[in-house]
Amino acid sequence: MKNKVKQILTQVTDPEIPVLSLDDLGVIRNIEVNDNEIIVTITPTYSGCPAMEVMEQDIIDVLKKEGRRVGLPTKVTVITQLSPAWTTDWITEKGKKALFEYGIMPPSKKGEIICPQCKSKNVELLSQFGSTACKALYKCKECLEPFDYFKCH
Amino acid sequence: MSAEYNYVLNLADNTLILGQRLSEWCGVGPFLEEDLALTNTALDIIGQAKMLLEFAAELKDSDDSADDLAFMRDQHEFKNVILVEQPNGDYSQTLLRQYFMDVYHLHLYTALSNSKNEQLAGIAAKSLKEVNYHLERSDLWIKRMAHGTEESFNRLQASLDKLWHYHHELFEESDELTELVEQGIAADPKQLKELWESEVNGLLSSTPLKIPQTGWKATGGRVGNHSEYLGLMLCEMQFLQRAYPNCEW
Repeated sequence: MKNKVKQILTQVTDPEIPVLSLDDLGVIRNIEVNDNEIIVTITPTYSGCPAMEVMEQDIIDVLKKEGRRVGLPTKVTVITQLSPAWTTDWITEKGKKALFEYGIMPPSKKGEIICPQCKSKNVELLSQFGSTACKALYKCKECLEPFDYFKCH
Repeated sequence: MSAEYNYVLNLADNTLILGQRLSEWCGVGPFLEEDLALTNTALDIIGQAKMLLEFAAELKDSDDSADDLAFMRDQHEFKNVILVEQPNGDYSQTLLRQYFMDVYHLHLYTALSNSKNEQLAGIAAKSLKEVNYHLERSDLWIKRMAHGTEESFNRLQASLDKLWHYHHELFEESDELTELVEQGIAADPKQLKELWESEVNGLLSSTPLKIPQTGWKATGGRVGNHSEYLGLMLCEMQFLQRAYPNCEW
Protein backbone atom coordinates (compact mmCIF):
# COMPACT_ATOMS: atom_id res chain seq x y z
CA MET A 1 0.00 0.00 0.00
CA LYS A 2 2.75 2.43 0.96
CA ASN A 3 4.52 1.78 -2.33
CA LYS A 4 1.33 2.55 -4.23
CA VAL A 5 1.10 5.90 -2.43
CA LYS A 6 4.78 6.57 -3.10
CA GLN A 7 4.29 5.74 -6.76
CA ILE A 8 1.35 8.14 -7.08
CA LEU A 9 3.22 10.88 -5.26
CA THR A 10 5.96 10.90 -7.91
CA GLN A 11 3.44 12.89 -9.97
CA VAL A 12 3.45 15.77 -7.50
CA THR A 13 6.12 18.33 -8.25
CA ASP A 14 7.30 21.58 -6.71
CA PRO A 15 5.01 24.24 -8.25
CA GLU A 16 7.96 26.62 -8.66
CA ILE A 17 10.33 23.96 -10.03
CA PRO A 18 8.22 21.51 -12.04
CA VAL A 19 11.14 19.16 -12.80
CA LEU A 20 11.51 18.31 -9.13
CA SER A 21 9.15 15.77 -7.55
CA LEU A 22 8.39 16.03 -3.83
CA ASP A 23 10.33 12.82 -3.36
CA ASP A 24 13.40 14.29 -5.08
CA LEU A 25 13.02 17.46 -3.04
CA GLY A 26 13.20 15.32 0.10
CA VAL A 27 10.14 16.75 1.84
CA ILE A 28 8.20 13.51 2.34
CA ARG A 29 9.04 12.24 5.79
CA ASN A 30 6.55 9.44 6.27
CA ILE A 31 3.65 7.63 4.63
CA GLU A 32 1.11 5.71 6.65
CA VAL A 33 -1.85 3.80 5.29
CA ASN A 34 -4.55 2.27 7.46
CA ASP A 35 -8.02 0.91 6.69
CA ASN A 36 -9.65 4.23 6.00
CA GLU A 37 -6.97 6.88 5.80
CA ILE A 38 -3.70 7.84 4.14
CA ILE A 39 -1.46 10.04 6.29
CA VAL A 40 1.43 11.78 4.57
CA THR A 41 3.94 13.63 6.73
CA ILE A 42 5.93 16.36 5.04
CA THR A 43 8.51 18.86 6.23
CA PRO A 44 8.55 22.48 5.03
CA THR A 45 11.54 23.69 3.03
CA TYR A 46 11.40 27.36 4.08
CA SER A 47 8.98 28.43 6.81
CA GLY A 48 7.37 31.14 4.67
CA CYS A 49 7.46 29.28 1.36
CA PRO A 50 4.06 29.71 -0.33
CA ALA A 51 4.72 26.59 -2.44
CA MET A 52 4.21 24.41 0.64
CA GLU A 53 0.48 25.02 0.74
CA VAL A 54 0.17 24.21 -2.95
CA MET A 55 2.14 20.98 -2.44
CA GLU A 56 -0.14 19.97 0.43
CA GLN A 57 -3.23 20.48 -1.69
CA ASP A 58 -1.64 18.68 -4.67
CA ILE A 59 -0.85 15.65 -2.47
CA ILE A 60 -4.46 15.48 -1.30
CA ASP A 61 -5.88 15.97 -4.81
CA VAL A 62 -3.73 13.39 -6.56
CA LEU A 63 -4.15 10.72 -3.87
CA LYS A 64 -7.91 11.17 -3.84
CA LYS A 65 -8.09 10.98 -7.61
CA GLU A 66 -5.59 8.22 -8.36
CA GLY A 67 -5.84 6.31 -5.09
CA ARG A 68 -9.43 5.27 -5.72
CA ARG A 69 -8.38 3.27 -8.82
CA VAL A 70 -5.86 1.15 -6.92
CA GLY A 71 -8.03 0.60 -3.85
CA LEU A 72 -6.51 3.14 -1.48
CA PRO A 73 -8.62 4.89 1.18
CA THR A 74 -10.11 8.19 0.00
CA LYS A 75 -9.47 10.09 3.18
CA VAL A 76 -6.13 11.87 2.95
CA THR A 77 -4.43 13.86 5.71
CA VAL A 78 -1.21 15.82 5.36
CA ILE A 79 0.75 16.50 8.52
CA THR A 80 3.54 19.08 8.67
CA GLN A 81 6.53 18.13 10.76
CA LEU A 82 9.15 20.77 11.59
CA SER A 83 11.76 18.66 13.28
CA PRO A 84 14.29 17.59 12.11
CA ALA A 85 14.50 20.68 9.93
CA TRP A 86 14.67 20.16 6.18
CA THR A 87 18.07 20.43 4.58
CA THR A 88 19.14 20.59 0.94
CA ASP A 89 21.17 17.42 1.66
CA TRP A 90 17.86 15.60 1.31
CA ILE A 91 17.52 16.53 -2.36
CA THR A 92 18.26 13.30 -4.22
CA GLU A 93 21.05 12.93 -6.80
CA LYS A 94 18.35 12.45 -9.43
CA GLY A 95 16.77 15.70 -8.24
CA LYS A 96 20.08 17.57 -8.39
CA LYS A 97 20.66 16.36 -11.92
CA ALA A 98 17.15 17.43 -12.95
CA LEU A 99 17.75 20.88 -11.46
CA PHE A 100 21.01 21.34 -13.38
CA GLU A 101 19.45 20.26 -16.67
CA TYR A 102 16.55 22.65 -16.01
CA GLY A 103 19.01 25.54 -15.66
CA ILE A 104 19.24 25.81 -11.87
CA MET A 105 22.60 25.10 -10.24
CA PRO A 106 21.89 22.60 -7.42
CA PRO A 107 23.23 23.21 -3.87
CA SER A 108 26.96 22.63 -3.61
CA LYS A 109 28.52 22.18 -0.19
CA LYS A 110 31.98 22.84 -1.59
CA GLY A 111 30.67 26.08 -3.08
CA GLU A 112 31.60 24.97 -6.60
CA ILE A 113 29.11 26.86 -8.65
CA ILE A 114 29.00 26.09 -12.36
CA CYS A 115 26.96 27.82 -15.05
CA PRO A 116 24.22 25.37 -16.10
CA GLN A 117 24.26 26.84 -19.62
CA CYS A 118 27.93 26.68 -20.65
CA LYS A 119 29.40 24.77 -17.65
CA SER A 120 31.92 27.53 -16.90
CA LYS A 121 33.20 28.03 -13.35
CA ASN A 122 33.79 31.72 -14.02
CA VAL A 123 30.63 33.02 -12.31
CA GLU A 124 29.68 35.83 -9.95
CA LEU A 125 26.97 36.41 -7.34
CA LEU A 126 24.46 39.05 -8.40
CA SER A 127 22.07 38.83 -5.48
CA GLN A 128 21.83 36.67 -2.35
CA PHE A 129 18.16 36.23 -3.10
CA GLY A 130 16.63 35.17 -6.40
CA SER A 131 13.16 34.51 -7.70
CA THR A 132 12.24 32.44 -4.60
CA ALA A 133 13.53 32.28 -1.02
CA CYS A 134 15.53 29.10 -1.74
CA LYS A 135 17.59 30.55 -4.58
CA ALA A 136 20.34 33.12 -5.15
CA LEU A 137 21.00 34.88 -8.45
CA TYR A 138 24.29 34.39 -10.30
CA LYS A 139 25.77 35.50 -13.59
CA CYS A 140 28.11 33.56 -15.81
CA LYS A 141 31.05 35.69 -16.90
CA GLU A 142 31.73 33.47 -19.92
CA CYS A 143 28.35 33.21 -21.62
CA LEU A 144 26.92 36.23 -19.71
CA GLU A 145 23.69 34.37 -18.89
CA PRO A 146 22.16 34.90 -15.46
CA PHE A 147 21.11 31.77 -13.60
CA ASP A 148 19.56 30.64 -10.32
CA TYR A 149 21.55 28.82 -7.66
CA PHE A 150 19.64 26.62 -5.20
CA LYS A 151 21.23 27.67 -1.89
CA CYS A 152 22.63 25.22 0.65
CA HIS A 153 20.18 25.19 3.53
CA MET B 1 -2.94 33.05 30.31
CA SER B 2 0.01 30.76 30.94
CA ALA B 3 3.57 32.01 31.12
CA GLU B 4 4.41 29.82 28.14
CA TYR B 5 1.68 31.44 26.05
CA ASN B 6 2.90 34.93 26.91
CA TYR B 7 6.45 33.97 26.02
CA VAL B 8 5.59 32.44 22.66
CA LEU B 9 3.27 35.34 21.85
CA ASN B 10 6.08 37.85 22.45
CA LEU B 11 8.33 35.94 20.03
CA ALA B 12 5.50 35.58 17.52
CA ASP B 13 4.58 39.27 17.63
CA ASN B 14 8.21 40.35 17.21
CA THR B 15 8.40 38.37 13.97
CA LEU B 16 4.92 39.26 12.71
CA ILE B 17 5.36 43.00 13.13
CA LEU B 18 8.91 42.99 11.79
CA GLY B 19 7.82 40.93 8.78
CA GLN B 20 4.93 43.27 8.08
CA ARG B 21 7.20 46.33 8.31
CA LEU B 22 9.77 44.79 5.98
CA SER B 23 7.14 43.84 3.44
CA GLU B 24 6.34 47.56 3.07
CA TRP B 25 9.52 47.73 0.96
CA CYS B 26 8.02 45.33 -1.59
CA GLY B 27 8.06 47.06 -4.96
CA VAL B 28 9.81 50.22 -3.72
CA GLY B 29 13.27 48.87 -2.79
CA PRO B 30 16.24 51.00 -3.86
CA PHE B 31 17.07 48.54 -6.64
CA LEU B 32 15.72 45.23 -7.86
CA GLU B 33 18.09 42.86 -6.06
CA GLU B 34 17.51 44.61 -2.74
CA ASP B 35 13.79 44.63 -3.28
CA LEU B 36 13.89 40.86 -3.79
CA ALA B 37 16.19 40.30 -0.84
CA LEU B 38 14.08 42.31 1.61
CA THR B 39 10.84 40.79 0.40
CA ASN B 40 12.28 37.28 0.72
CA THR B 41 13.54 38.07 4.19
CA ALA B 42 10.08 39.36 5.09
CA LEU B 43 8.59 36.12 3.76
CA ASP B 44 10.88 33.99 5.93
CA ILE B 45 10.07 36.09 8.98
CA ILE B 46 6.32 35.97 8.38
CA GLY B 47 6.71 32.19 7.98
CA GLN B 48 8.34 32.08 11.41
CA ALA B 49 5.52 34.24 12.78
CA LYS B 50 3.01 31.74 11.37
CA MET B 51 4.68 28.80 13.11
CA LEU B 52 4.91 30.71 16.39
CA LEU B 53 1.34 32.01 16.22
CA GLU B 54 0.03 28.52 15.48
CA PHE B 55 1.85 27.29 18.55
CA ALA B 56 0.54 30.22 20.63
CA ALA B 57 -3.00 29.42 19.47
CA GLU B 58 -2.53 25.84 20.68
CA LEU B 59 -1.34 27.07 24.07
CA LYS B 60 -4.25 29.47 24.45
CA ASP B 61 -7.35 28.27 26.22
CA SER B 62 -9.76 29.28 23.47
CA ASP B 63 -10.78 28.58 19.90
CA ASP B 64 -8.66 31.42 18.52
CA SER B 65 -6.66 30.44 15.46
CA ALA B 66 -3.27 31.83 14.42
CA ASP B 67 -5.13 34.14 12.02
CA ASP B 68 -7.39 35.39 14.83
CA LEU B 69 -4.32 36.22 16.86
CA ALA B 70 -2.75 38.11 13.96
CA PHE B 71 -5.78 39.96 12.66
CA MET B 72 -8.31 40.30 15.46
CA ARG B 73 -6.24 41.53 18.40
CA ASP B 74 -6.00 45.20 19.27
CA GLN B 75 -2.87 47.23 19.78
CA HIS B 76 -2.63 46.75 23.55
CA GLU B 77 -2.82 42.97 23.12
CA PHE B 78 0.33 42.85 20.98
CA LYS B 79 3.45 41.92 22.95
CA ASN B 80 6.19 42.80 20.49
CA VAL B 81 9.10 45.05 21.41
CA ILE B 82 8.75 48.66 20.26
CA LEU B 83 11.84 48.38 18.04
CA VAL B 84 10.13 46.25 15.40
CA GLU B 85 7.15 48.59 14.94
CA GLN B 86 9.36 51.61 14.24
CA PRO B 87 8.87 53.00 10.74
CA ASN B 88 11.26 51.84 8.04
CA GLY B 89 12.83 55.29 7.68
CA ASP B 90 15.61 55.36 5.12
CA TYR B 91 17.47 52.25 4.04
CA SER B 92 20.08 52.53 6.79
CA GLN B 93 17.34 52.60 9.42
CA THR B 94 15.61 49.52 8.00
CA LEU B 95 18.86 47.59 7.79
CA LEU B 96 20.13 48.63 11.21
CA ARG B 97 16.86 47.47 12.80
CA GLN B 98 17.19 44.28 10.77
CA TYR B 99 20.79 43.79 11.92
CA PHE B 100 19.77 44.25 15.58
CA MET B 101 16.96 41.72 15.18
CA ASP B 102 19.04 39.25 13.15
CA VAL B 103 21.74 39.12 15.84
CA TYR B 104 19.04 38.74 18.50
CA HIS B 105 17.22 35.98 16.59
CA LEU B 106 20.46 34.14 15.88
CA HIS B 107 21.27 33.80 19.59
CA LEU B 108 17.65 33.34 20.64
CA TYR B 109 17.00 30.48 18.21
CA THR B 110 20.37 28.89 18.95
CA ALA B 111 19.41 28.76 22.64
CA LEU B 112 15.83 27.67 21.95
CA SER B 113 16.98 24.81 19.71
CA ASN B 114 17.76 23.10 23.02
CA SER B 115 14.52 24.08 24.74
CA LYS B 116 12.82 21.38 26.79
CA ASN B 117 9.67 22.28 24.90
CA GLU B 118 10.06 20.17 21.76
CA GLN B 119 7.74 22.21 19.61
CA LEU B 120 9.57 25.43 20.41
CA ALA B 121 12.90 23.67 19.78
CA GLY B 122 11.62 22.51 16.37
CA ILE B 123 10.49 26.00 15.34
CA ALA B 124 13.79 27.47 16.54
CA ALA B 125 15.96 24.96 14.67
CA LYS B 126 13.99 25.57 11.50
CA SER B 127 14.15 29.38 11.82
CA LEU B 128 17.83 29.40 12.73
CA LYS B 129 18.85 28.28 9.24
CA GLU B 130 17.01 31.21 7.72
CA VAL B 131 18.31 33.76 10.22
CA ASN B 132 21.93 32.81 9.53
CA TYR B 133 21.45 33.87 5.95
CA HIS B 134 19.64 37.09 6.91
CA LEU B 135 22.43 38.07 9.26
CA GLU B 136 25.11 37.47 6.65
CA ARG B 137 23.41 40.11 4.55
CA SER B 138 22.51 42.73 7.18
CA ASP B 139 25.98 42.48 8.75
CA LEU B 140 27.56 43.16 5.36
CA TRP B 141 25.29 46.13 4.74
CA ILE B 142 26.13 47.78 8.07
CA LYS B 143 29.85 47.48 7.31
CA ARG B 144 29.33 48.73 3.78
CA MET B 145 27.36 51.78 4.90
CA ALA B 146 29.66 52.55 7.84
CA HIS B 147 32.77 52.47 5.64
CA GLY B 148 31.03 53.89 2.59
CA THR B 149 30.56 57.52 1.67
CA GLU B 150 30.11 60.45 4.04
CA GLU B 151 26.42 60.37 3.17
CA SER B 152 25.96 56.68 3.98
CA PHE B 153 27.95 57.06 7.20
CA ASN B 154 25.95 60.07 8.37
CA ARG B 155 22.68 58.39 7.64
CA LEU B 156 23.69 55.23 9.48
CA GLN B 157 24.90 57.25 12.47
CA ALA B 158 21.55 59.07 12.58
CA SER B 159 19.74 55.70 12.51
CA LEU B 160 21.95 54.41 15.29
CA ASP B 161 21.17 57.51 17.38
CA LYS B 162 17.49 56.85 16.80
CA LEU B 163 17.29 53.07 17.27
CA TRP B 164 19.94 52.22 19.85
CA HIS B 165 17.69 52.88 22.85
CA TYR B 166 15.13 50.37 21.67
CA HIS B 167 17.31 47.26 21.86
CA HIS B 168 17.29 47.02 25.67
CA GLU B 169 13.71 45.86 25.61
CA LEU B 170 14.72 42.62 23.89
CA PHE B 171 16.45 41.54 27.09
CA GLU B 172 13.97 42.64 29.73
CA GLU B 173 13.49 40.23 32.59
CA SER B 174 10.41 39.27 34.58
CA ASP B 175 9.55 36.74 37.27
CA GLU B 176 7.47 34.82 34.78
CA LEU B 177 10.35 34.63 32.31
CA THR B 178 12.88 33.64 34.97
CA GLU B 179 10.67 30.71 35.87
CA LEU B 180 10.52 29.54 32.24
CA VAL B 181 14.30 29.85 31.97
CA GLU B 182 14.71 27.74 35.11
CA GLN B 183 12.42 25.11 33.61
CA GLY B 184 14.66 24.97 30.53
CA ILE B 185 11.91 26.25 28.22
CA ALA B 186 12.89 29.87 27.51
CA ALA B 187 16.23 31.44 26.56
CA ASP B 188 18.02 33.32 29.36
CA PRO B 189 17.74 37.08 28.64
CA LYS B 190 20.98 37.79 30.56
CA GLN B 191 22.94 35.45 28.34
CA LEU B 192 21.25 36.76 25.21
CA LYS B 193 22.12 40.32 26.20
CA GLU B 194 25.76 39.40 26.71
CA LEU B 195 26.00 37.63 23.36
CA TRP B 196 24.14 40.39 21.54
CA GLU B 197 26.21 43.20 23.01
CA SER B 198 29.50 41.49 22.39
CA GLU B 199 28.62 40.86 18.75
CA VAL B 200 27.01 44.24 18.00
CA ASN B 201 29.58 46.29 19.95
CA GLY B 202 32.28 44.30 18.17
CA LEU B 203 31.01 45.29 14.77
CA LEU B 204 30.24 48.91 15.69
CA SER B 205 33.64 49.46 17.31
CA SER B 206 35.34 48.30 14.11
CA THR B 207 33.75 51.31 12.38
CA PRO B 208 33.85 55.04 13.14
CA LEU B 209 30.21 54.86 14.36
CA LYS B 210 29.50 56.17 17.86
CA ILE B 211 27.01 54.55 20.21
CA PRO B 212 24.78 57.28 21.71
CA GLN B 213 25.07 57.67 25.48
CA THR B 214 21.85 59.23 26.67
CA GLY B 215 20.85 56.40 28.96
CA TRP B 216 17.23 56.42 27.82
CA LYS B 217 15.66 53.00 27.32
CA ALA B 218 12.45 52.17 25.53
CA THR B 219 10.10 49.89 27.46
CA GLY B 220 6.48 48.80 27.53
CA GLY B 221 5.93 46.80 24.33
CA ARG B 222 6.04 43.45 26.09
CA VAL B 223 3.12 44.46 28.29
CA GLY B 224 1.15 46.07 25.47
CA ASN B 225 2.17 49.73 25.78
CA HIS B 226 3.22 50.65 22.27
CA SER B 227 4.36 53.65 20.27
CA GLU B 228 1.87 55.46 18.06
CA TYR B 229 3.19 53.58 15.01
CA LEU B 230 1.76 50.17 15.86
CA GLY B 231 -1.89 51.23 15.73
CA LEU B 232 -1.44 52.82 12.33
CA MET B 233 0.24 49.70 11.02
CA LEU B 234 -2.50 47.44 12.37
CA CYS B 235 -5.13 49.58 10.61
CA GLU B 236 -3.61 48.54 7.33
CA MET B 237 -2.62 44.98 8.23
CA GLN B 238 -5.97 44.08 9.77
CA PHE B 239 -8.26 46.04 7.49
CA LEU B 240 -9.57 43.12 5.46
CA GLN B 241 -10.43 40.87 8.41
CA ARG B 242 -12.04 43.76 10.28
CA ALA B 243 -14.14 44.87 7.31
CA TYR B 244 -15.01 41.34 6.17
CA PRO B 245 -14.68 39.03 9.19
CA ASN B 246 -13.65 35.44 8.34
CA CYS B 247 -13.06 36.32 4.73
CA GLU B 248 -10.64 33.90 3.02
CA TRP B 249 -8.65 33.99 -0.20
